Amino acid sequence: MKVSSVPFKGTKDQEAKLLEVIAKYKGMKGALMPIMQEAQEIYGYLPYQVQKIISDETGIPIEKIYGVATFYAQFSMSPKGKYIVAVCLGTACYVKGAGKVLEEVEKILGIGDGDCTPDGKFSLEVCRCVGACGLAPVMIVAGDVYGKMTPDRVEGILAKYE
Amino acid sequence: MADIKVTVDNITVTVPEGSTLLDAAHKAGIDIPTLCYLRDINEIGACRICVCEVVGARALVAACVYPCTDGMVAYTNTEKIKDYRRKTLQLILSDHDQDCLGCVRSTDCELQALCKRYGVEKTDYYEGVKNDFAIDASSASIVRDNNKCILCRRCTAACEKYQSIGVIGANDRGFATHIGSAFELPLAETSCVNCGQCIVACPVGALHEQDATAAVKAALADPSKTVVVQAAPSVRVGLGECFGMPIGAEVEGKMAAGMRRLGFDAVFDTNFSADLTIVEEANELIERVTKGGVLPMITSCSPGWIKFIEHYYPELLPNVSSCKSPQQMFGGVVKTFWAEKKGIDPKDIVSVSIMPCTAKKFECGREDQSAAGVPDVDYALTTRELGRLINEAGIDFVNLPDEPYDDPLGESTGAAVIFGATGGVMEAALRTAVEWITGKQLGKDLLEFQDVRGVEGVKEASYKVGDLEVSVAVASGLANARKVLEMVKSGEKNYTFIEIMACPGGCVNGGGQPHVPAKIKNFIDVREVRAKGLYDLDAARPLRRSHENPSIKAIYDEYFGSYGSHKAHEVLHTTYVARKVNADHE
Repeated sequence: MKVSSVPFKGTKDQEAKLLEVIAKYKGMKGALMPIMQEAQEIYGYLPYQVQKIISDETGIPIEKIYGVATFYAQFSMSPKGKYIVAVCLGTACYVKGAGKVLEEVEKILGIGDGDCTPDGKFSLEVCRCVGACGLAPVMIVAGDVYGKMTPDRVEGILAKYE
Repeated sequence: MADIKVTVDNITVTVPEGSTLLDAAHKAGIDIPTLCYLRDINEIGACRICVCEVVGARALVAACVYPCTDGMVAYTNTEKIKDYRRKTLQLILSDHDQDCLGCVRSTDCELQALCKRYGVEKTDYYEGVKNDFAIDASSASIVRDNNKCILCRRCTAACEKYQSIGVIGANDRGFATHIGSAFELPLAETSCVNCGQCIVACPVGALHEQDATAAVKAALADPSKTVVVQAAPSVRVGLGECFGMPIGAEVEGKMAAGMRRLGFDAVFDTNFSADLTIVEEANELIERVTKGGVLPMITSCSPGWIKFIEHYYPELLPNVSSCKSPQQMFGGVVKTFWAEKKGIDPKDIVSVSIMPCTAKKFECGREDQSAAGVPDVDYALTTRELGRLINEAGIDFVNLPDEPYDDPLGESTGAAVIFGATGGVMEAALRTAVEWITGKQLGKDLLEFQDVRGVEGVKEASYKVGDLEVSVAVASGLANARKVLEMVKSGEKNYTFIEIMACPGGCVNGGGQPHVPAKIKNFIDVREVRAKGLYDLDAARPLRRSHENPSIKAIYDEYFGSYGSHKAHEVLHTTYVARKVNADHE
């Protein structure tokens, strides 16, 4: 499981919300999963600092929390970037060369699927079919759809996002 | 519970309801192989090596967790079962570093033994990717090599269930699954207490102690160094197992002979400093009781326990006795009193200890454990490491004569030797404290405090000592320690004195003791067997009270002056630090 190197920017407000969630489940059996799910809703991901709060408050060893976080695909330990880059690897996009587009994005941003750049600007997600197969291969940056992608267009597109 | 009849491989046995097929087979004299199963703590039926056929069952069943029913008929050894087990072993080997020749567990590896039993010899049954994990050697005590791990979870169960710590667990999933700590932190950066219960739980070579034998051999070969050794009480009921002797065999005299043959310049006994610990600790207890000090006082001999309280209950640190552990008291005495007596510069002394413990390796590197300005103890070896040294040296251990320990730091009483068993420190301390408080000698029948003996996790007793009501508790295993500490914190219990040992059953079952395969451990309480050896030694000793030890009397006359004196504090006492459970990270 990749753990992000993006500095933690949690706020006091977020922490207060998390403590409320933990208090709500205090003493309940099987509370860890719902606490983790709600914690991820609050912070967007589950970095060390968030898992530490859950561990310190519940007494559950942090390793147990991390073990759950790395077992289930629903939990992420990378924050979402300011701009989310999604590359479609659905069947149509894939046969039209989306793999090469993804490689180029990974090379330029220096991150893989599910990661966030250290400056917090871009995060990368691989997705399966966005329903625009006529435009294959498709890349989406911050909600803007780019069709008929080629690797050589990637750098120019990403440069538009400050 | 009602009894039921079960037929295993055509042998009918009667077992209590609730027994597993593994239990019934054991009763019928049949050894069903196991790998992941550890009684009471890891009953997960995960490894599938114990599969058997039960007539009427849909598929093969995992015997370790399969409950027997009345009239059940089972087979444990058919060709189908053996083929299945063979395939399971082959699959385990397909992602296993088969460095068997150089492996620390070679010949006492449970996986190796099963491969031999089922004729799994070749190494290349399946092609495919192999995991390549970095070895974690960050800890002062424990090394993890996940390339040899078979994911049985016995280590994580020991950490979580015996010790209530849980710093290791399964991370990731599928083929990437591996045992590690949160955020893949090196073990040294976690709240691991170095107890080594994970090591003695491990069936293979994925976990072992930080080996210090090379450094000790180098010291022994260096003519400019005076190399002194001490061996803890429990080592004398464990070491024999390294040489095929029965579990718990008492080898006190052979051990002295063996260490002498290895070339140590002085062969001493940690029992001496166990007696020293008792007189200092009993004195501290009486002072706390009579002068209104912090109570309950808690023992400080077990370094795993000390690191546990530093992480998990730092608010109770004032309750912990300031006495160093016997290992460290010994080291301190060697490099001050003994060095002066012999006219040796403490810098030229190499102080080695043999311990049933892995946490002792961490302890000798702690702050405030350097009475002479250099570390009290330079190298702490486990019982297993001493076994390896003796084996390598070609010493015929089993046939060694019994030899005595060297004077003056080799003399000890029966009170010292029971330090290795849970309740032993308490009993030794009571023998001295009760006599000091009342001014009367305990009769032979009163000398044994039976209430605090035995392997139960938490023991309690109350004694009327003169005008005082002394209420004591004894806990072993840190999950049990936690129960006692919670009762202290909540005010539910008002103890005077508490003994805590990190390992379940005490040092006899320490993380540095020889490996006992689960097939034996699951049916015999190794803790009881080894502890019996210590209590027998105590009963046979002419002196059974620490304060009667002539060498202890002499060292106070010659050197320390009185119990708890300023000089005694400089050499024999220490301090603790508060630690966090989860460190702060930016």
